[in-house]
Amino acid sequence: MSDNRAQFRPPNHPTDSFLLTTVVGSYPKPKWLNRAEELTDDEEYDFDETHLGEAHDDACRLITNEHERAGLDAVVDGEMRRNEMVEFFAHRIDGYEFNGPVKVWGHNYFDKPSVAEEVEYDEPWLVDEFEFTTGVTDRPVKVPITGPYTLANWAFNEAYESEEELAYDLADLVNEEIERLVDAGARYIQIDEPALATTPDDHAIVGECLEHIVAGIPDDVRIGLHVCYGDYSRIYPEMLEYPVDEYDLELANGNYEQLDVFTADEFTKDLALGVVDAHVAEVESVAEIKENIKRGFEVVPPQRLTVSPDCGLKLLPREVAYAKMENMVQAAREVEAELDAGKIDVGYAGTQAPADD
Amino acid sequence: MTELVATTPGLFPLPDWAKDRLSDLKGHQKSDLIAGDETGELAETYDDVRTELVETQIDAGLDRVTEGQGRWDDMLAHPLTVHDSVETRGIVRYYDNNNFYREPVVAGDLTPGGDVAQELEAAATQTDDLQAVLPGPYTLAELATNEHYADRSAFLNAVAEFLAGEVAEFPAHETLFLLEPSLVEDAPEDGFDALASEAIDAVAEATDAEVVVHPFYGALDEKVYAHLMDADVDAIGFDLVANHEQNVYNVQEYGTKDSVALGVVDGQNTLVEDPETVRERFEWFDSQIPAQEFDTVYLTSNTELFYLPVNKAEAKAETLANAADLEEVTQ
Repeated sequence: MSDNRAQFRPPNHPTDSFLLTTVVGSYPKPKWLNRAEELTDDEEYDFDETHLGEAHDDACRLITNEHERAGLDAVVDGEMRRNEMVEFFAHRIDGYEFNGPVKVWGHNYFDKPSVAEEVEYDEPWLVDEFEFTTGVTDRPVKVPITGPYTLANWAFNEAYESEEELAYDLADLVNEEIERLVDAGARYIQIDEPALATTPDDHAIVGECLEHIVAGIPDDVRIGLHVCYGDYSRIYPEMLEYPVDEYDLELANGNYEQLDVFTADEFTKDLALGVVDAHVAEVESVAEIKENIKRGFEVVPPQRLTVSPDCGLKLLPREVAYAKMENMVQAAREVEAELDAGKIDVGYAGTQAPADD
Repeated sequence: MTELVATTPGLFPLPDWAKDRLSDLKGHQKSDLIAGDETGELAETYDDVRTELVETQIDAGLDRVTEGQGRWDDMLAHPLTVHDSVETRGIVRYYDNNNFYREPVVAGDLTPGGDVAQELEAAATQTDDLQAVLPGPYTLAELATNEHYADRSAFLNAVAEFLAGEVAEFPAHETLFLLEPSLVEDAPEDGFDALASEAIDAVAEATDAEVVVHPFYGALDEKVYAHLMDADVDAIGFDLVANHEQNVYNVQEYGTKDSVALGVVDGQNTLVEDPETVRERFEWFDSQIPAQEFDTVYLTSNTELFYLPVNKAEAKAETLANAADLEEVTQ
């Protein structure tokens, strides 16, 4: 296993133990940004794409700083420039077209794109935003990218014989994008594959996609995979074969009922454990989050545990999202100190503790 | 001589203006969805929606016209989610789709409601080619949770009786489509398959119109199909888009009714088929069943159309109408 985790440890980290703290990616947009997006190109207002670009820059600066203030080790810009996780990329990839919104449920709609011809790489997707974000923070910046399986599964496929072939072509484009991001300095990439949760039988297709994605990417680039809530037993332990360093899993929401899935077979990669619930607006206490973090030691030792919310925080009120991050980081720092002091005797943390303590 | 009839299983996407206006009027939360007691501006908006959806179908040239089911927020669960004896709980996945509906929980007697009949009365003023659409009893029972009736068969019978009561209120209609995707997706087990067919019978008896039972998302298990053949309906539907081979096998093995409905246009993909392609799909099916000359062949999309953006749903309706009107191709 490549040890590409040490690079995210802050230079003056106060404890020997280090739990990498980060977020999945999305974050509540400030209300003014939503309004700005609505007003763009409305003839009544003098507010165009250039103004919106400025607003996006400001929002990215603001939210990256908010992540810094919460104390996260690896930050994200909160995906302020993205509207929806498929739409954003589909607008940047040749071959997609948009025909109008489709129903998800009730009066909630999704601008589901169609793949009308073979997909091709056109303009860079994320390099500009990555460069902007690294320019406004000293912390390492994580880049979340919607995975090719989800980009294929959440679109109408008009052009390919099968969704699988479309997914592999998209995986090659993701690979190209990651190469550019790496050239720009990115060292932490997260592939988001929420569609895998609903179609677990396709786990082998996701695996093949990931092989395409990591081809030629240097080992010092950390690759994570985020899969939201689903029945993980349908994809575990098979998913351990995927060529990624870290799995980011949603487990707090289910009260860690699925933790047994990951202890039945040895978890051989790093675990990014969801320790705060992204779907509940109550802020978990530091004490509660510390207990959640310790659940992770039942699966992996501390040096392979990343601490993260369950999922993107964008649906929460902003102050709740912030408080969850702040408590999460404080909980991680307290657990680190307790690990140093040999006070934690849970699972792999216990076996790693000094023998004479 | 076989008559080709272009139609759809209904459930059209809302016009885009209505998506905006209705969500402004109703809200985005699950508690904001339709309860069946709309008044004022909301009721007027729905009247406008229905009028437009009917016009769209007439303009497309379809031979059967539905009321469009613009009010069916919960898709095929709608007739229950607006019922007084039903409470709605969390949102649950609609088959294997990225769509969700409110789970209807039946907590009291399923007395006749009349919700669907009202819409049809209004649509009947615009067309003489009215087609009623309902979930089949097995599907509606499977989509719901029963907390009132003694057991599963009692519940299925109650749902069938409820649907029959709805049908009895309908204005004159040419065709009744009973949509039964659950017969494919959650196939009834041995013994229950016979009950499912009897339940369909009970609904079909309530109308003098042609009754089409349309399962989709694939083909029926052959035992389920064999039982469905016992139901006294005029046609069974076959989703040739999702699984043409098993569907043709079922017909070759167990026969079919005098008429047939063929899902020849993909209701879940934006790629718009040519009328010629649709025609070829019908002719392929016809050639596989050489012993039978069908009375009526309903050419339809395999699924409801709400999965599609508006422009594509309309284009699919036109394709079906044009396919039915093409000059017969010599074989």
